[in-house]
Amino acid sequence: MEIREDILEIAERWRDDGREVALATVVSTWGSAPRPTGSRLVIDAQGNFEGSVSGGCVEGAVITEAMDVISSGKPELLEFGVADENAWELGLSCGGQIRVYVEKVA
Amino acid sequence: MNLQLLKAINENRANRQAVILITNLKSGVQRLVRESELGSDDPLHDTLIAALRGGRSQTFLHEGEELFLNVHTPPTRLIMTGAVHISQALYPMAVACGHDTVIVDPRAAFGTPERFPGVELIVGWPGDLFPNLGIDRYAAIVTLTHDPKIDDPALEYALSTDAFYIGALGSRKTHGKRVERLTDKGFDKDRLSRIAAPVGLDIGAKSPAEIAVSILAQLTAALRQGPQESAKR
Repeated sequence: MEIREDILEIAERWRDDGREVALATVVSTWGSAPRPTGSRLVIDAQGNFEGSVSGGCVEGAVITEAMDVISSGKPELLEFGVADENAWELGLSCGGQIRVYVEKVA
Repeated sequence: MNLQLLKAINENRANRQAVILITNLKSGVQRLVRESELGSDDPLHDTLIAALRGGRSQTFLHEGEELFLNVHTPPTRLIMTGAVHISQALYPMAVACGHDTVIVDPRAAFGTPERFPGVELIVGWPGDLFPNLGIDRYAAIVTLTHDPKIDDPALEYALSTDAFYIGALGSRKTHGKRVERLTDKGFDKDRLSRIAAPVGLDIGAKSPAEIAVSILAQLTAALRQGPQESAKR
């Protein structure tokens, strides 16, 4: 864990190390979203990651998508809403909604 | 995003230049705009200026296309005077909050590597050094020495900058004397009101680490809520 989190610097460093990298960025939020617009996650092809786009609720799904984006090279816009009563349903327990843009650092 | 674009964003931030990355969320087409090169002929000029000023990333509809404006401002900085007990606590906390942090103290005996391992510490007088530090609106200045010879010149220079936060350690009485000295030097009440003193939120902090928490909390409020909001505290 890095004390000083600068996701874009980490992304550049990982790329320079020859790793395949994707960036996930919160582009919009509604309601009480846990992390503000512009929050980021950097992910590599092995699923290693730094940063956050929520309080931990949807990172797992974003990481899985990011690994697909790394192999396809095609950006994706993901949307996450309110979680329902089913505890295993993916979503934000805080009642907010977020959209996350996932792109490969080519 | 290609690697060149990522490197360009990081390089601009390291050079303390604000940039906006514009992404068309449908096509994925991206464009990087530097604050310094933003032309009045840019079709998004007014929107980009507003985004840069507020430092807030946002989506935006332009000719039926949804664009994401990602604002990248330079890293915030904290410049403090005094290689003292409070700065020993404040330095690592400020770094953890993401601020590029530096301590300035002319007294070489205070800023020893034993007391400040791995810390960016400049031995010298704030009056000489501060003008060379490129203090901009993403910088905060906190004086911690209690010594007017060191802190006053730091504050005098700080007041001439756009620093988003200026704080000075010392009791109300100490600050009263400080205000008298600075008033004699021609600083009016309005300008002196920019100095947060006694520095830090009033949380009853006692130990150096607790005082560091109160300073960092007040600095954070100034950064995130603006100077007006933080002044109410």
